[in-house]
Amino acid sequence: MRSTAIPLHPNAQPPAQFRAIRKQFDAVDALRGVDLTIRPGELVALLGANGAGKTTAVRILLGLIAPTSGEARVFGGNPRDAASRTRVGAMLQIARVPETLRVREHIELFSSYYPTPMPLAEVIEAAGLHGLENRLYGQLSGGQQKRVLFALAICGNPDVLVLDEPTTGLDVESRRALWKQIRAFIARGRSVLLTTHYLAEAEALADRVIVLHRGVIVAEGTPQQIKGDSATLEDAFIEMVS
Amino acid sequence: MRTYLLESKYELFKALRLPAYSLPTILFPVVFYVFFGVMFGGRSVGSVKMAEYLIATYGAFGVIGASLFGFGVSVAIERGQGWLEAKRTTPMPVSAYFFAKTVMAMTFSSAIIVLLFTMGTLFSGVQLAPMRALALFGVLVSGSITFCALGLCVAFIAGPNSAAPIVNLIYLPMAFLSGLWIPVQMLPKAVQKIALWLPPYHYSQLALKVIGADRGGSALVHVAAMVAFTVLFTALAYIGYRRDEGKMYG
Repeated sequence: MRSTAIPLHPNAQPPAQFRAIRKQFDAVDALRGVDLTIRPGELVALLGANGAGKTTAVRILLGLIAPTSGEARVFGGNPRDAASRTRVGAMLQIARVPETLRVREHIELFSSYYPTPMPLAEVIEAAGLHGLENRLYGQLSGGQQKRVLFALAICGNPDVLVLDEPTTGLDVESRRALWKQIRAFIARGRSVLLTTHYLAEAEALADRVIVLHRGVIVAEGTPQQIKGDSATLEDAFIEMVS
Repeated sequence: MRTYLLESKYELFKALRLPAYSLPTILFPVVFYVFFGVMFGGRSVGSVKMAEYLIATYGAFGVIGASLFGFGVSVAIERGQGWLEAKRTTPMPVSAYFFAKTVMAMTFSSAIIVLLFTMGTLFSGVQLAPMRALALFGVLVSGSITFCALGLCVAFIAGPNSAAPIVNLIYLPMAFLSGLWIPVQMLPKAVQKIALWLPPYHYSQLALKVIGADRGGSALVHVAAMVAFTVLFTALAYIGYRRDEGKMYG
């Protein structure tokens, strides 16, 4: 059993860490020297406009692309190693998921990739998929499809969850439902890195907000700190990036 | 191990629940066979009935199609849509993914060959000894590997939208030039020379050898050619895969 709050032992490796990460695509500098650390039990929101470098950061953390320079670590290890991938669950922006598999089958298959997956019933419960187990993915609504992707991200019982714009395109109700599920995940002492361009989402969920603008971190702190004297996070954000 | 089995099982489910994909893949070569089998039904190639000869060549044609589309086009699409990447974030061994695609291609291949045998036996007077039929089946299905490798090659070199047209551009001319539609000895001499450099030619000659209808080339040469093509395609696919990673990982 995990305790709800895991103190970081002085020698313990943080769930996720970037050291001076740069990433250059041809002529574009997607990331220009990014340092960040995600601690246990913490939800960090990576906030930025489209093209700020959020997805690039996520892909580097997941070991899908290599940084041009700098170092990305997951619990001190290379993100590409199977051991790292076992401890990280990811929800990416996917153009299309195979539609002719049932919800239950998708989860069963992804669970089989992990040594100690969550029981199916728990995954269904945690992702709010009750009653949809036998539906084909293609028959689900947009919100339900996102919940399946969330289920696939958590089914391996990961310690870190990486969510790349998880609520983009969702209606208010589905967004709130997913927030609830993300909070429940954090409540068990796990960590989450979430990218978003919804300021309300960062404000509602994050312990810490990192504002990324054109590949550099321009602000970092609790939602309150970032807001400062501005009336809303949105005002603060606009001021920061303009 | 469980991952390999589940991956294969759901790969099959995925395809079978898409009749718009699975039916044409299976029926295309069978319809071709029925059409030509009836047209040339009475004739023979050397001492072998045309209906039997065509089982080998249309069987080869069907296996190549199932492999190129089932493996090549489906990997290209899943790669293009980000699904392959989503799987890569998990500790899934990439080999399980490719294993499942191969199993799928071979299952479809088997279905095609069984249907061809059935049609041939029922309507065209095909009478193959069970051992011989089994050997033919084995040669045809195992050839799938070479064309899965070719499919993989296309998947990692072509984009998700261009994969299907590129596969057709390779598949149909290559099948024709190798004598899979019309026996190769009936094709012009120049074409027969080209055929020597095409994998389906060596593949179909091996299948034809089982029923004694090949052109008398050495089985060893044909097998060597198939192995060489498989190695070449796998190497090209690997370069494409690395380049793919390099574009992102480098």
